[in-house]
Amino acid sequence: MSKETIESSAAAIAGRVGARELSAAEVTEAALGRIAASDDAVGAYLTVLGDGAREHALRVDARIAGGESLPLAGVPLAVKDNMCLTGTRTTCGSKILENWIAPYTATAVQRLLDAGCVPVGKTNMDEFAMGSSCENSALGVTRNPYDLSRVPGGSSGGSAAAVAAFEAAIGTGSDTGGSIREPGAFCNAIGFKPTYGRISRYGLIAFASSLDQIGPLTRTVEDAALAYDAMAGFDPMDATSVDRPVETAATHLRRDLKGVRIGIAREFDTAKLGAESHACYARAYRDLEALGAELVEISLPTADYGLATYYLIAPAECSSNLARFDGVRYGLRVEGDDVQAMYEATRAAGFGAEVKRRILIGTYALSSGYYDAYYVRAQKARTLIAADFAKAFETCDLIASPAASSPAFEFNAKSDPYSMYLMDYYTIPFSLAGLPALSVPCGWVTPEGGSSPMPMGLQLAAPLFEERALLGAAHAYEVATSHATRHRPRLAEVAK
Amino acid sequence: MASDSIDVRYVAKLARIALTDEEVERFGAQLGDLLEHVRALEKLDTGSVAATAQVIASRNVERGDDVRGCLDRETVLEQAPQRQGAFFRVPRIIAAE
Repeated sequence: MSKETIESSAAAIAGRVGARELSAAEVTEAALGRIAASDDAVGAYLTVLGDGAREHALRVDARIAGGESLPLAGVPLAVKDNMCLTGTRTTCGSKILENWIAPYTATAVQRLLDAGCVPVGKTNMDEFAMGSSCENSALGVTRNPYDLSRVPGGSSGGSAAAVAAFEAAIGTGSDTGGSIREPGAFCNAIGFKPTYGRISRYGLIAFASSLDQIGPLTRTVEDAALAYDAMAGFDPMDATSVDRPVETAATHLRRDLKGVRIGIAREFDTAKLGAESHACYARAYRDLEALGAELVEISLPTADYGLATYYLIAPAECSSNLARFDGVRYGLRVEGDDVQAMYEATRAAGFGAEVKRRILIGTYALSSGYYDAYYVRAQKARTLIAADFAKAFETCDLIASPAASSPAFEFNAKSDPYSMYLMDYYTIPFSLAGLPALSVPCGWVTPEGGSSPMPMGLQLAAPLFEERALLGAAHAYEVATSHATRHRPRLAEVAK
Repeated sequence: MASDSIDVRYVAKLARIALTDEEVERFGAQLGDLLEHVRALEKLDTGSVAATAQVIASRNVERGDDVRGCLDRETVLEQAPQRQGAFFRVPRIIAAE
């Protein structure tokens, strides 16, 4: 199979497999070959499925032979390692689950398999999805395919890097404060977080339940729409999944932005991101206008409180969710003299520093005497942030902003936890309001001291449940600007 | 908003995480720094604002009281760190006396 095929879009692969020009088995073999050639350098995967993937592929080919029409036939799928896939190791990037084998499959993953995807591996991530660089993984290092000395972003950095390095066409991600959009921006990918509740989280290991949402990472907007169409919709196994009809998105991709009002928040001053980034976003906004959009100045006066609000709510919820890792029913156990000592030793050995920090801050914020001062106040601030967005959307249809505070940075560049948190400054407010948002490539900037141009991401966001309008507009921008195809990942030296 | 410095040892006890002295010192400083940042919320007037419970309209979900399939016992127990027959085995909880 040609290099062009494995580097083509999920839509193109599915088209050729559906037309029986190619078999899912051939595509899978090519994807596994690409992983073998480049993943030692990239490190996107914690587990490569090999024969498991080949078996899935044969089943897809049998379904095609049986006359089934599959929207994602034979498409190589990378699954973030916080999502269950029966019989595969599902680690959450943590020592506490290092050897845990999922006994069932997450609904979102199952729906992609039903649509014809072939899972080729499980991808690296910041431990329990807490981080913005993948550096918090306890189990492996993932490098940015566009500059191996830089991080891929996080927490869904493994899936983003796999897609960028052509080691999969679709990656699943989960986004709590920016964990799909920021790695998407860092790796020249589309990173799409749908509305809270749109995609079932059954089988997703929980981090912060009022925020977590699954979504795709892909190389094209059309592929993101196809993956979304497959995954979205009510699931009785997730009590927070929304029982509301899903409007398919892949059938409504646009070529222009005529009649679309796009809000630019006066509070999001891109000048502070440096001259090159500022120019990049200024051009992106002009390009939206050139496609027919009307740019509207909006105000999000409480957006600046997003980080403070998030870093109370998310840790509070994680401290509760991660209480289940106690060494009793699954995962790591470290023995102690009594049950209390066993819990403490297990969690001390099983969790990394960032996870411990967040459990501690969350426990503190929820503890007696502090609950009202911290958690309740943050939930009130969240109400104000959501109200700001509702007001802004009275005068615009979409909001555009940077997707991350900088292009991909070098390893160990953010040793102070708060400096890492700042990467998600632009994505967090949208998460707090539950809004659908995505990152789409919008240009290239060579960071100071860097040797390669690195991809930049434009965040586009829409009102609740307006995924179709969001993806449609992102497609128009993507096709008109073609930023993503301007540079190739720097893997020539490894994938000989 | 509270201004007390965080008692890391006490909070770690509540969270069931054993910490080394070095971690107590490092996390104490880092969490103190984060609390300084979140104190920015004191500037927001939230007096008459309702706390967010959920961001999308949702209601309690109850399923019918029907028998459904579930994971079988062996599948679940085979990943237990320690088991005894059909049970999870844990350290002694009740004193011997």
